[in-house]
Amino acid sequence: MSRSNDPPILEWTREGDCPVLVVSGTWNRTGPVCEIRGEAPDQPPARYRCDDLGEFDSTLPATMLALIRQTTGGAAAGRPKPESKSKPDPDEDAAGVTLDGLPDDLRGLMELALGVAERSDAKSPVARRRSLGQFLGQTSQRVGAALLGVIEFVGLSVQSLGRLLVGRARFRRADLWLTIQECGVQALPIVSLISFLIGVILAFVGGYQLAGFGAEIFVADLVGIAMVREMGVVMTGIIMSGRTGAAFAAHIGSMKANEEIDALRTFGLNPFDFLVLPRLLALVLMMPLLTVYANLVGILGGMLVGVASGIPAVLYWQQTLTAIDLTTASLGVFKSVFFGAAIAICGCMQGMKAASSSAGVGQATTRAVVASITMVIVLDSAFAAIFTVLDI
Amino acid sequence: MTRPSATPDKTKSRPAGTAAPARISVRGLTMAYGSFVVMKDLEFDIAERDIFVIMGGSGCGKSTLLRHLIGLHEPAAGEVFFDGENFTATPPDRREKFIRRFGVMYQSGALWSSLTLAENVGLPLEEFTTLNARQRRELVNYKLALVGLSGYEDYYPSQVSGGMNKRAGIARAMAMDPDILFLDEPGAGLDPLSSRRLDDLILRLRDSLGSTVVIVTHELASIFAIATNAVFLDTDTRRQGAVGPPDELRQRADNPAVRLFLNRGEEVPSD
Ligand SMILES: Nc1ncnc2c1ncn2[C@@H]1O[C@H](COP(=O)(O)OP(=O)(O)O)[C@@H](O)[C@H]1O
Ligand SMILES: [Mg+2]
Repeated sequence: MSRSNDPPILEWTREGDCPVLVVSGTWNRTGPVCEIRGEAPDQPPARYRCDDLGEFDSTLPATMLALIRQTTGGAAAGRPKPESKSKPDPDEDAAGVTLDGLPDDLRGLMELALGVAERSDAKSPVARRRSLGQFLGQTSQRVGAALLGVIEFVGLSVQSLGRLLVGRARFRRADLWLTIQECGVQALPIVSLISFLIGVILAFVGGYQLAGFGAEIFVADLVGIAMVREMGVVMTGIIMSGRTGAAFAAHIGSMKANEEIDALRTFGLNPFDFLVLPRLLALVLMMPLLTVYANLVGILGGMLVGVASGIPAVLYWQQTLTAIDLTTASLGVFKSVFFGAAIAICGCMQGMKAASSSAGVGQATTRAVVASITMVIVLDSAFAAIFTVLDI
Repeated sequence: MTRPSATPDKTKSRPAGTAAPARISVRGLTMAYGSFVVMKDLEFDIAERDIFVIMGGSGCGKSTLLRHLIGLHEPAAGEVFFDGENFTATPPDRREKFIRRFGVMYQSGALWSSLTLAENVGLPLEEFTTLNARQRRELVNYKLALVGLSGYEDYYPSQVSGGMNKRAGIARAMAMDPDILFLDEPGAGLDPLSSRRLDDLILRLRDSLGSTVVIVTHELASIFAIATNAVFLDTDTRRQGAVGPPDELRQRADNPAVRLFLNRGEEVPSD
């Protein structure tokens, strides 16, 4: 009989023409790793010898299943063929794999494991290794597809806006109001904090430099122009990307994972009108307001620093007003409309494209934030170039 | 009512008793995810007022078939007809007249998670009818009462159990009194009594509204209690195993896998 601490061993031998698998030792997942001896045949074992088999846990059937799959090239098993009217031969349970000579408990487990054939074409293709060439090819295809996807999504958004204009877009007004609150009022605290600090930083850095020329008062110009042209709108865009773009992607993505979007479709509700349109509208409406607010708070931050360094508040304010004319003031607000659209589209698009799982939602959220921050910066550079050419 | 099983290789005729064009006809349908073929050459008819069961082992493609029937997936090959009109050939943006006649309950329930149960059932009414708020509320309460969810109107889907989610999903599917009701495993996760009630509900709906019901289920009790017709999807061959009334299939299906399935794995001698 078996002794209790023998190492686990699987050994291939032959009896006449038939391969035989000798199973021995104690199989324990905290014990030693099993040893496989002898040369594996190209057919499954015809019988087993288990004279020296001690106690075993799942490691034994797992190893045996792997071995049997190897010898049959993965095609092992399958339930008894449906045509066979007779009771399946008790020794030939699984399409040519015999389990003769196994103790009853092990045999039962192996019958279960071999009971349903491995579905080879169901394996995920991702698992296969790729060569560098394939990798580059597939990557460029993916990038191309992604670009097409963006263009298509923008096209769909425009169509959706068209339906809105002719009054044929169906969405819940309540959703629009909720989203407006969500990306308007509720964003005020963080927008206030960041813009205020940006104003303060600009004033500190600029004030220090300008003091060298005895031109401290021009801090007001510097802060004012920087805020209303660039910093106010860009910072608001980045905040809204991380806050609202991510929320859009996560919400729509989890709706997709839960088949909620399919449910909209089968009621004849266009998911685009229903989900993307209110979010797009809300953000396009709220971004300019947030931007104006951010500009004011930023100027306030600068003024605080100015006052602290001895410039009278009234003087600072008047200097700011002379520095900023209406055109300058409207540039940032103008850009904010485009940033809002870009953030909403990136967020919603990643949500709609998300893989239907909780991991997919996480990925979509990350992608949405990265894509919308990138879009904000890229659009801003484009506007900078355009405004320079137009000399505004 | 219909004749015994028609396996695809033997005969492709529709089940007897459907002289009128079938409510739904599936012709040579092949379903695939990319290169992974789920089922090939499906071919069957669903008559008006049928309670038609799609059955088969888990993972064999029942939900996938349902999603093809309602147009959420495009077939790799073959077509789906409603009342003789080609649904597959209709471009997706002109399918609204078909879709308006469907009521669908998804396997996961798929209730809109940001709306209460009442709002879920009421949303289609709000969008597509001219009912006033009071009338809508009454209809919603009635539909929720039908599935035994009175009192839960103002709960959110995350606040009720899985089985209750499913029942609310059925109530939502019935919201617009659809001609054709598609239910994906409505009985799964229900206790025996609710499950029984559900069978009752489905029968009554069919009888009183004249709806056609397509159900994915593998609950034998409910299959034999309510199904008038069924298709069996065979995982091994990836084709349909048999079409016909389940009682007859249990006794006389040519395909042993079908008999095994309907007898819970116990082979009965075929006559
Ligand atoms: N989105 C998908 N992508 C790839 N394969 C899928 C997808 N959804 C389902 N499948 C595969 O299709 C088969 C049928 O799935 P499904 O229709 O959900 O089965 P069930 O009969 O249990 O409802 C399964 O093998 C499943 O792995
Ligand atoms: Mg399913």
